[in-house]
Parts: sequence; structure tokens; C-alpha cells
Amino acid sequence: MNHPMLKWATAALALGWVGLAVAAPDVGQAQKQGINIHAIVMFFFFVLVTLGITYWAAKRTKTATDYYAAGGGITGTQNGLAIAGDYMSAATLLGLTSLTYFQGFDGYIYCICFYVGWPFIMFIMAERLRNLGKFTFADITSYRLDQRQVRTVAAIGSLTVVVFYLIAQMVGAGQLIKLLFGLDYWLAVVIVGVLMVIYVTFGGMIATTWVQIIKACLLLGGGTLVMLLAFSQFGFNFETLATQAVANSKKGLALMGPGTLLADPVTAVSLSLGLMFGTAGLPHILMRFFTVPNAKEARKSVFIATFCVGFFFTVVAIMGLSAITIVGTNPQYFEGGDLAGKLLGGNNMPAMHLAQAVGGNLLLGFLSAVAFATILAVVAGLALAGASAISHDLYANVIRRGQATEAEEVRVSKSSSLILGVLAVLLGIAFEKQNVAFMVGLAFGVAASCNFPVLILSMYWKGLTTRGAIWGSIAGLVSAVLIVVLSKAVWVVVLGNKEPIFPYEQPAIFSMPLAFFFAWLGSVTDKSARAAKEIEAFEDQYVRAQTGFGAAGAAAH
Amino acid sequence: MSSEVYERIRNNPKFDELVGKRSRFAWTLTVVVLGIYFAFIMVVAFNPTLLNTPIWEGGKASIAWPIGAGMILLFWLMTGLYIRRANSEFDDINAEIVKGAIE
Repeated sequence: MNHPMLKWATAALALGWVGLAVAAPDVGQAQKQGINIHAIVMFFFFVLVTLGITYWAAKRTKTATDYYAAGGGITGTQNGLAIAGDYMSAATLLGLTSLTYFQGFDGYIYCICFYVGWPFIMFIMAERLRNLGKFTFADITSYRLDQRQVRTVAAIGSLTVVVFYLIAQMVGAGQLIKLLFGLDYWLAVVIVGVLMVIYVTFGGMIATTWVQIIKACLLLGGGTLVMLLAFSQFGFNFETLATQAVANSKKGLALMGPGTLLADPVTAVSLSLGLMFGTAGLPHILMRFFTVPNAKEARKSVFIATFCVGFFFTVVAIMGLSAITIVGTNPQYFEGGDLAGKLLGGNNMPAMHLAQAVGGNLLLGFLSAVAFATILAVVAGLALAGASAISHDLYANVIRRGQATEAEEVRVSKSSSLILGVLAVLLGIAFEKQNVAFMVGLAFGVAASCNFPVLILSMYWKGLTTRGAIWGSIAGLVSAVLIVVLSKAVWVVVLGNKEPIFPYEQPAIFSMPLAFFFAWLGSVTDKSARAAKEIEAFEDQYVRAQTGFGAAGAAAH
Repeated sequence: MSSEVYERIRNNPKFDELVGKRSRFAWTLTVVVLGIYFAFIMVVAFNPTLLNTPIWEGGKASIAWPIGAGMILLFWLMTGLYIRRANSEFDDINAEIVKGAIE
């Protein structure tokens, strides 16, 4: 049944591309950004390859385990690349290069904050996640607790993260593609939405994994190439690079140390906590731990992913520093050729201009195509995580109380990904003119405050009961959302009020302790018979978490 | 999975040995990573100019960059250290325990 639909979708896409080719030049001129034929050809090739993989994956996706967890047959190295692919978005490439370009070392501090969650995941979480989980992280939190209640709040947490993250990615995709490819905003958003739904619906986790792997390799390869070409202009000498950057930046010597971005310790610690534990609570990242056959491969995946992420952040920092001299002194990249003016295409463009400067239009095209591919892969991972929360947690275990067949569950998941796709496109278009920078922060805040505390407690603390898990999740969710809404990022920037009600923009330092406190309070005051049983059930869960005995999929391999 | 098997694993003294060794190792590494990281964040917040110190006298490049890159490299090597022990020593004990319990 899948195949005719897939063909139809491919044909529709091809038609879309024809329309685009006709429509593009006008838009391109309007954007002062020439239509980028290299980028379009390379991106088209990427889409063809990934659709081919989706077709191949669709034939191999037969059971629910295939659909959600790629049959547990992904190797550690493959999964490591896929995790890195899920984690490194276009915002990493463009945003962090730009941050280093404008703020110097502050950009690298951000990179380090984004990075440091990975060793933590390795030491404290990876093997337990693999040993206890099956398809979604709610499998772990609800392992010995009330299935319906705990899965409901876990699904709400997952979907909140997924939707905010999706909106941010969609708006970013639309803006970026408008700029790089010369397409209309809405068309770009629709293309991203359609491809995302195709990957997830037909190819499930197998296709999503391979899209991530390809994208991770392209991003790492493309970034490294640009970095090497740029760095070679300074003779691979960091002192030369730094001296020229200092000479050519408005910030001067301030580039070389921490600036104003994290000057306030509360913000610095809160951001660290949010990024670190948020990473450990992102549903699309957590899902990836269930695609490998055992704990050994799960550890190996984190090792590979940690390397890729750390390496790429360092590449990005060198790109940003190089761009200060290479892009910042070339009038060609500024509006009206005015070096004191604005960068062509906006503040997120240093990475792209740098690619053009060191490798011409071919490299610019390549990096643009990589950026587009990156967005596609990230939204596909998000959509699969969201659809799984709906089908596996809400539908199969809450609504059908575990009585749904695998086929029914997968069918619901596919319809859910379609609905999420439509929703993402509509929200992406609705938020076109909005400042969505806060949404990724909000997604990490909710992941760190709603998902993470209950997940870690369910694995480590015997005393956690259903009531504690519910209280903790809700406290974390509500406080994280409230703090972001009442802070400057939403209250002033989006809603247009004069003064923020809450002085800090990063919620984690406040919302995480609240979540832990309420999870504790709800648990210790719970004297019901159910709570006693749940506490007793910890022993078996603990043995399984430690040894992997009885873990899903372990027998098959 | 039956509770009995879990019980048998639980009662194996090797299980305590495994959990004890692995937890100690994992938490030590975690404390080192978090310690270094938050020390760095505190320097950023309270004594940022310290990081502006040039690497080479009279040079412009500051020690901030190699310190950052060094942290990234060190933390990654520590994950390597963990899997080296976990994927051999700990997994061997683990396999032994599971084998003993199902026989």
C-alpha cells in the first residue's frame, strides 16, 4: 500500500521543483540573493538519495520495533553519527558561527555549554536507558508506575518540546531557504514539511536514522572543509588568526575572553543546567538509545556522538574567528558595500559568506544544501519522536490500555506524523514574522525541567511513586513555561510589554529544583498501597537497568 | 521476565561487585567533568579577564581558546575511558552474572 503513495509523493515533489525553478529568479532578485543553482542541484540530489533510502527502509519496516527503533539493528557507530545528526541543527552551524563572529569567545562558551551534557549522558544514563527502554522514554518512567497517568504527562512533555522545537526549525528553514535558494518562504516550509512526513511515515526509524547519518557526514565534512580552507589563509597559525581577528573586529581584544553574554552568574549556571540536562531530556535524542542492540553499543554511540559534537563545535569556532577577517573586511558581503553596515542576508550569514569567500559559489552551494539537509533531518527526528509519543504512549497505552495491536499502533503513528507535519507547516507560516529565538530555549527548558527530573528519578530513586512523577512533571513544565513567558524574551520582545515580570530568561535553575522538589514531596507523602507496590517493584527494575537482563530486543541479537 | 531470575541475580555477590565498581567509576568521572565545567563557568562569571591572558607574551591569542578546546577534548577522552572499562571489564562480569542466573 505504501509504494503507490510514495511514488505519488515523489512525483508531487518533482512537480514542486519544476514550479520552483520557474518561480525562483524573481524571488531571488527581490532578495538580492542570486538563485543558487549549485545549491539546488546538490540539495535535489540529497533529496533523491534520501527518498531512495526511504523506499528501501519502507520495505524493511514490518513490525512496531522496526518502525520505532529500527529493529534494534543500528550499530553503535551508526547511531553515534545519527545522534550527532539529531543534535547539530542548522542553528548550530549558522548561529554559533555567527555568535563567534560577533562575540568571539562567548560563542565558544555556548558551544561548551551545549557539549557538556554528553559526557553526563554517557556516565549516568546511556546504559540504563538502553536496558530499560523500548520505544519512547516514557517506557522507562512508567516502567513500575501507573502506565496511563505517567505516560500522559510524559507525552505532554514530549509534545511540548517537539512542537516548540519544530516551530523554531520551520521558521529557521523558511528564512534560510528563502535566502539561500531564493524560494518563497511558504514554499520552503511546505517542502520541509512534506519531505519530513514522507521520511517518517514511510521509512520510520530506519529511514530517519539514515537521513541523520548522511546529514551528519555532510555537515561534518562541509564544515571541516570550509574551516580548513579558511584556516589555511592564516597558515594554520592560531596566533595569526587571533591577531588579525582582533585587528579587524569592532570588539577588538574583547573577542579573546568572556564578554557580556554570560556575565551574570545566575544566567550562566541556569543556561548550563538547561542545556546540559535538557539534552538528556530531549525525546528525539532519548529515542535513539533504543535503536541499538545492547548497552555496549549504546555507550559506543555516545562516544562517537560526543566526538562529533565536540569536534564540530570547535570547527564552528574557528570558522567564526576566520570570518571576522575574511568576511568582515570584504565589502562584497555587506549591504551597499559598507563595512560598517549590515551583513548581506542578516546576522546568521557569516558561515555562508565564509564558504563563498574561500571556495566560491560551488562551496557556498554545497554548504547551503547541507544546511537545508540538516534542517530536514532534525525535523524528521522530531516528528518521529512526537508521533511516537502520540501513538505509543497516548494511543496504545493510555487510550487502548495496552490492548492495541502493533499494526494499529504503527498506523496511528503514521497518521500522527502527518498531522504533526501539517501542524508544523501551519505554525511555521503563522510564526514567519515572529521572533522565535526563545523557542529552542523553551524546548530545552521544558526537556530539562519536565522530562529529565522524572526520568532520572525513575531510574535512580527507589522512592519515586506515580503521584511524585506527576507532580514533578507538572511543576517542571508549568514553571519552565511561565518563566520563559514572563521573561524578556517573550514578555517584552514578543508581546511588546515594557518591562519583564521575571528578571531571568533561563528557567532551569528555578524550574529544575521545583520539579525535583515536587517529585520528592508527592512521593514521600504518598502512603497508598499502589505506592508501596511501586517502591517494591524498583528492585527488579534496578537489576534489569544494571544488567540488561530482559531488555527489549536483546534476545534477538 | 520473572522476578525469580532477578532475585537470583540480585543475590549474586558479583552483582554488588559490578554495581559498586561501575557506579564508583561513573560517578567519579561525572564529578570531575562537572567540577571542571562549573569551575570554568564560575571563572567566566566572576573573573572573566583571567581568560584574556595571552598564550604567548605579547601575542593576542588568549588562553581561553585552548582551555575551551582542552575541556572538550578531555571530556571526550573521559567518555573513552569509561567505555574502555565498561565494554570489557564490566560487561564481562555482567555476562557472567546473567549466565549464572539463567542456568
